[in-house]
Amino acid sequence: MLKIKNINTYYGQVHALKNVSLHLLEGEIVTLIGANGAGKTTLLNSLSGIVPSKSGEIIFAGVPISSLAPSRIVKLGISQVPEGRQVFKPLSVEDNLELGAYLHYRTAAGRAEVKKTGDMVYALFPILWERRKQLAGTLSGGEQQMLSIGRALMAKPKLLLLDEPSMGLAPMITQEIFKVIESLSQEKKTTVLLVEQNARAALKMANRGYVLETGKMILEGAAAELLENNDVQRAYLGKDKKEIWER
Amino acid sequence: MDNSRQLIQYVLSGLSNGAIYALIGFGFAIIYNATGIINFAQGEFVMLGGMLTLFFLVFLNFPLVPSIVLAILISTAVGIAFERLAIRPLKNANPLSLVIITIGASILIRGIAMLVWGKDTHALPAFSGNEPLHIAGATIMPQHLWIFSITVLIIAANKLFFNYSIIGKAMRACAYNSQAASLVGINVKTMVLLSFVISSAIGSMAGIIIAPLTMTSYDVGIMLGLKGFCAVIIGGMSSGLGTVMGGLLLGLLESLGAGYISASYKDAIAFIILLLILFIRPEGLFAKKETERV
Ligand SMILES: Nc1ncnc2c1ncn2[C@@H]1O[C@H](COP(=O)(O)OP(=O)(O)OP(=O)(O)O)[C@@H](O)[C@H]1O
Ligand SMILES: [Mg+2]
Repeated sequence: MLKIKNINTYYGQVHALKNVSLHLLEGEIVTLIGANGAGKTTLLNSLSGIVPSKSGEIIFAGVPISSLAPSRIVKLGISQVPEGRQVFKPLSVEDNLELGAYLHYRTAAGRAEVKKTGDMVYALFPILWERRKQLAGTLSGGEQQMLSIGRALMAKPKLLLLDEPSMGLAPMITQEIFKVIESLSQEKKTTVLLVEQNARAALKMANRGYVLETGKMILEGAAAELLENNDVQRAYLGKDKKEIWER
Repeated sequence: MDNSRQLIQYVLSGLSNGAIYALIGFGFAIIYNATGIINFAQGEFVMLGGMLTLFFLVFLNFPLVPSIVLAILISTAVGIAFERLAIRPLKNANPLSLVIITIGASILIRGIAMLVWGKDTHALPAFSGNEPLHIAGATIMPQHLWIFSITVLIIAANKLFFNYSIIGKAMRACAYNSQAASLVGINVKTMVLLSFVISSAIGSMAGIIIAPLTMTSYDVGIMLGLKGFCAVIIGGMSSGLGTVMGGLLLGLLESLGAGYISASYKDAIAFIILLLILFIRPEGLFAKKETERV
């Protein structure tokens, strides 16, 4: 459903993505791992049109999207849950979700659907329903992450991009969020591209994985293979270290 | 006139000027929140409102309401052209150069107004005559009532728009985090343009309703713009209650100062307040603390 072919992205002189390729099949969960500064966020932002790539191709459901504006890309069905949540803190939880469905407000049919989508999101994250009148800035980190995911889901994406959703969260909350991602993939058939530092947990859930290092894609393969791969174990899984919540 | 009646007069005219300053301040705040730019051409929209209404009403003999509507439409069109020609092409420039561009635009607009309408000062006729109304012992001009009611209407419409409409919420989202806003499909450029539309429309409306009381000419935008700026600085750059309070406070102090001390201090008061605020409490007197965690 998504094909990225040899894209190059720059920040001024900084060459952040070097001939990066990646593909996603419908319904897959694919994880992208890599150290700090590898270019994971840049890849998601090139996909979303925030930092357009200079060369190469990005084809989504048959449509070339590499030169489209961010709003067009959301409309085609790609939503991003950005790094660090980035909820609209001065607005209420309810308003944040409503804005997630911003493009659906353009049509009467879309507006009618918004409430249903909202009910679906509140069912996934019941805490958001309790907090719906509260300003997003007053939520805890985990709640803000749920809100950020909920906001992205309000656009009814076919492809969900998640940028380090576990960042700074307690293991329990991380687990809860991963469960939701898994259920979205199984029940809603949403395709997922998950960027994670928490490589072990991400690879356990994913079908396939990619490893990005200083702007280059150095490895790809089935998630199970990557988990066994010596280089991956040494660099990203910390060989003997287990995730705290797995003990 | 006895003392208390005189005081009431000062208060009334102070409050009506203050309401205008608040409206002008709103214009500053809306553009600032959407773009980070302080638009020093804001006062020129106020001038255009008054001068265009005068032009249609007095020079072309149009009826009042169409004159006002045309004046607002044309001022707004100038606001759109300003954003399109001067702000949008330079979107990546730093805020300081954009601020300087707004100063340049204000000089340009003022210059064109002078060429078209000359340097004379004109009085716009009051909307419903100059027959004072006597309410509970105080004398009030009908124009004051117009100013108060239109100001209240604009403030209410503003509040409804930014708190309850999806576009208004999108503008606030955009002001808070434009990247996250584009990730939900909000077109940031459209929101910036919209902020210029709203600001120029509100600014010209302010210029129209005040013109019958203060006279109008090609250069009233400088003073009115600075006083609106003062109001919004007191209000902490918000388009909310803080700026309304800021405007009213400034209007009252000005009018009482002019009445009891000396009329020649009227304009100085705004600058003294502006400097005091900037030195002592640059975040504004009435600024709300941002509710934030993490
Ligand atoms: N706005 C920017 N301007 C200049 N360089 C940038 C910018 N954003 C990122 N970079 C650079 O691009 C490279 C990739 O950054 P990116 O944020 O994509 O990494 P990442 O893999 O997401 O890292 P992290 O795990 O820390 O989030 C880094 O070298 C970074 O310094
Ligand atoms: Mg990142």
